[in-house]
Amino acid sequence: MRLFRFLRPIRSAPVARERLQILLEYERNLVSQTDLIAVLREEILAVVGRHVTIDRDKVQIRVDRRAELSILAVGIQIPNETRMAAAARM
Amino acid sequence: MGKVIVVTSGKGGVGKTTSTAALGAALACTGSNVVVVDFDVGLRNLDVVMGAERRVVFDLINVVQGTAKLTQAVIRDKRIDTLYLLPASQTRDKDALTEDGIARVIAELRMRFDWVICDSPAGIERGATLAMRFADEAVIVTNPEVSSVRDSDRIIGLLDSKTLRAERGERMMKHLLIARFDPVRASRGEMLNIEDVLEILSVPLLGIIPESEEVLRASNLGTPITICGRDNAPSRAYFDAARRLAGEDVEMTIRSERKGLFSKLFGRKAA
Repeated sequence: MRLFRFLRPIRSAPVARERLQILLEYERNLVSQTDLIAVLREEILAVVGRHVTIDRDKVQIRVDRRAELSILAVGIQIPNETRMAAAARM
Repeated sequence: MGKVIVVTSGKGGVGKTTSTAALGAALACTGSNVVVVDFDVGLRNLDVVMGAERRVVFDLINVVQGTAKLTQAVIRDKRIDTLYLLPASQTRDKDALTEDGIARVIAELRMRFDWVICDSPAGIERGATLAMRFADEAVIVTNPEVSSVRDSDRIIGLLDSKTLRAERGERMMKHLLIARFDPVRASRGEMLNIEDVLEILSVPLLGIIPESEEVLRASNLGTPITICGRDNAPSRAYFDAARRLAGEDVEMTIRSERKGLFSKLFGRKAA
C-alpha cells in the first residue's frame, strides 16, 4: 500500500555502497591498464627505434583481455626504404 | 622547513575552500605561521571565504611570473596575525601557471611558513595536478555521496602517480576529511556511513565535519569557521582535524549539532 510507504525505512545507503564498490573496481582496472599500455608503448618504441626509424603515429598497441588469457598486439608500420637502410647497416 | 598540504577532491562544491580556510585558521591559532594558497586561477574564492577580497593587490600569477614579490602578494589576516593568504588571479587563466614557476614559489613559501596549505581547483586537469604536484601530504575532502566518493578515488590515483613525491618513489601521505556528514541520516541508512567511505577509499580518516548551517554563516561573514565561533560542531571538528594533521592523537568523535549528544564515540584513530 502506497499509503503506508512512509513507515518503511528507506535504506538507500547500502545500494550506494554496492554501486560504488562495483564501479570503482572496474575503473581502477581501467586506469592501471591504460598506464600499462602507455608504458609498454614507450619502451617498445625505444627498443625498435634504436634499429629502425619509425613514425610514432603509425604504431598501434592493444591489449585484448579475455577470460582465459590476454593478447598483447603490437603493430608498427615501417617504411620500406628504412628497412633497407637498416639491413644495409648490418 | 614548512610542510606543504594540498586540499583536493576532484568534485567541486564538496568543501575544499571552506576546509582550507578552516584548517589554516585552526593551525594558525596555535601560533604556527600558516599561508593558504588559492590555486583556482580564474575562479578564485579563498579570498572571499577568508574575508580578504578587498585587499587583493597582487596574486599567485604575479609571483610566478616575477612581476611581484612574494612579500607583496601575501595578505596578512586581520584576526590572526600568523595567518596569511596568497590569492589566485581572477583575470588570468590557468595556463599562466608553469611548473617551474610553481616549484619556485612553493620552495620560497616552504622557507617562510610552517604550513603551506594549497586549495586545489576542482577537476583533474592542469590546475589540480599543479596544486598537488609539490605537496608533502594531501587532504582529500569527500562528501558521503556516490559522485564525490568516485571522484575522490580518481584523485587518490593521481596523488599516487602525478606528484613529485610519487615519481621519486616516496610515500605520499593522504588524509580523508569527510564533510557534510549527517549522523542521523547515516544511522537510518539514508547516507553512506563513515565505515563505508573508509572501506571504499582506504585512506586514513582525518576528521568528520557534520552538515551544519554554521558553515554558510561563516562564509557569508567572510570568516573561516574556526575563527567564527569555537563552540559550534563543524568548528570543533575542524580544530580536531587540524590537531591530527599536526600529528596529535585526537580521539575521533562525530561532533553533533544537537546539544548533549555531541560525542558518538568511534574506536578508530586517525593514522
